[in-house]
Amino acid sequence: MTNPALHSSAWLIWPVAAPLTGALLTFLFKDHSRRLGLFFAALSSGLGTALAWQILGHGPAHYALGGWQPPLGIALRADGPAALMVMMTAITGLAVSIYSGGYFQSRRRNSKHHALHSAQEHAFWSLWLLLWAALNGLFLSNDIFNIYVSLELVTLSSVGLTALSGKPPSLVAAMRYLLVSLLGSLSFLLGVGFFYKAYGTLALTAIINSLSLSPPTSMALALISIGLLLKSALFPFHFWLPPAHANALTPVSAILSGLVIKGSWYLFYRFWHVELIFTAVGLVPAILGGAAIIWGAWQAFAQQRLKMLVAYSTVAQIGYLFVAFPLLAETSGQGHGALFYFAISHSCAKGAMFLAAGTFFLQMGHDRIRDLAGVRQLLPVSSFAFGLAALTIMGLPPSGGFIAKYLYINTAINQGLWWLALLILLGSGLSAAYIFRAVSAILSPQLLRIRPALVVSASMQWSALTLALISLLLGIIAPLPLALLEVS
Amino acid sequence: MTMLSPSLIYGLTGLLLFVMGLAGLLGCAELLRKILATNIMASGIFLFLITIAHGSGTLIDPVPQAMVLTGIVVSVSSTAVALALACHVQEAARRHDLLQKKRGTVRR
Repeated sequence: MTNPALHSSAWLIWPVAAPLTGALLTFLFKDHSRRLGLFFAALSSGLGTALAWQILGHGPAHYALGGWQPPLGIALRADGPAALMVMMTAITGLAVSIYSGGYFQSRRRNSKHHALHSAQEHAFWSLWLLLWAALNGLFLSNDIFNIYVSLELVTLSSVGLTALSGKPPSLVAAMRYLLVSLLGSLSFLLGVGFFYKAYGTLALTAIINSLSLSPPTSMALALISIGLLLKSALFPFHFWLPPAHANALTPVSAILSGLVIKGSWYLFYRFWHVELIFTAVGLVPAILGGAAIIWGAWQAFAQQRLKMLVAYSTVAQIGYLFVAFPLLAETSGQGHGALFYFAISHSCAKGAMFLAAGTFFLQMGHDRIRDLAGVRQLLPVSSFAFGLAALTIMGLPPSGGFIAKYLYINTAINQGLWWLALLILLGSGLSAAYIFRAVSAILSPQLLRIRPALVVSASMQWSALTLALISLLLGIIAPLPLALLEVS
Repeated sequence: MTMLSPSLIYGLTGLLLFVMGLAGLLGCAELLRKILATNIMASGIFLFLITIAHGSGTLIDPVPQAMVLTGIVVSVSSTAVALALACHVQEAARRHDLLQKKRGTVRR
């Protein structure tokens, strides 16, 4: 349309349509839910990757659904950041799906409650594929009302996934998660109303490009920001996250920490990615992010259970996703690179970490950190995966986390934001402290007195390791994702 | 004295409903009240959106009306999920209490 570089491409609908079809089919055909689920996960992952490849080669694309042009129809739009997020979902999503295939089988084999586990698996596949479609819809929409609908779909499917284990703590956590998320979505919707009143359009790019801070648009932006911060669980809105993430079934924990959080964070980035805003209030997310880094690391250090430790680590890492907002003011684009690099490497590393922690849980029947000593003899591959993921979370070279933190500190020093550079270094030190607590227990040379039979399948161990390796590899292939991000 | 135009009254009522729902969501302890409070917040937003549709001139803008229709569908489904989940939470709490009673240590 106005931008000649923008080409129309039907590739945009497939990353949404494929998982959505999968969700319906897995729901209808109960007996084949695993096979169908794995097939559609592979298909969605392939189509997501294909889209990212297209965008890298041909530049940003748009697509008007049903041939209806924007004021009436819904427009999809993919530029570099959106394609990178779709790609991230494709990689983490595929690894989690392969893990889930083995996870539910192992649980069923080692329990008397066959019917319960089958019902859980059936519900898991349709909810997970629905969530996948909703996330891709969120990343690719250019219509803020359609984004609201995607946000609600993400909420409802992830609440369903959280409650799936059926245990009282996860039910209570899911209820709280639902209420917080509903509050966030409603706040977002009221903001959409204010934006429509001010600009008479729902197109995200049009709103962002003509943004000026008058009272109604400030109100809209405040409502939308608060809603998204609630959903992203940025300190002090993090209270609902640890119980929800730690008590869910393992694949669900990995999905929630690795992907769902990134959805609302990405939208926040979209709305805040305007110079006007961070000169006015850019320090607010940075200060909250700094508090999250310190508080999350402190709480993670105090946890007795491995999954709780990993969940509080997510609270701290969300802080890094927001602390860098003042860095976006720099025009070189290095700030954006740092931010997105952190997001994708965290997605892979935290996914791998939760998957490995869940494998320990299933094998040992608990996840008390001090009683995990000796687990590496039983599960060498998962222990290695946990260790590799820990490298990225701590930000040691050559991992993706290292590149992200290096870019953060470099950009911060270039802009004279010394306190920010120091804060990031301090956060890395704190994360090393809690990570070492977990890793030293898992890798301790202590021998197990009794050697129980292995109950977990190989696919669970190797999928976690692959994801951890990808998070490490991101440090080596840094130019490729950064080139994709530049497309805009 | 300034005239309060109907659209201003509707708009302000919508915002007032949103704030009342918010107070209910944060203030009430019972789950059912919290769920109803989110419904009231949503109704407030819908009223506000309808006012926007009427806002300028005689022509009625169809876009906010489409938003309200979709919003109602979303609101009904999320309420259904919330109610179903609340039933499960209550059932779990009841079983927990029964278990405690059996062991002879009643909590509440």
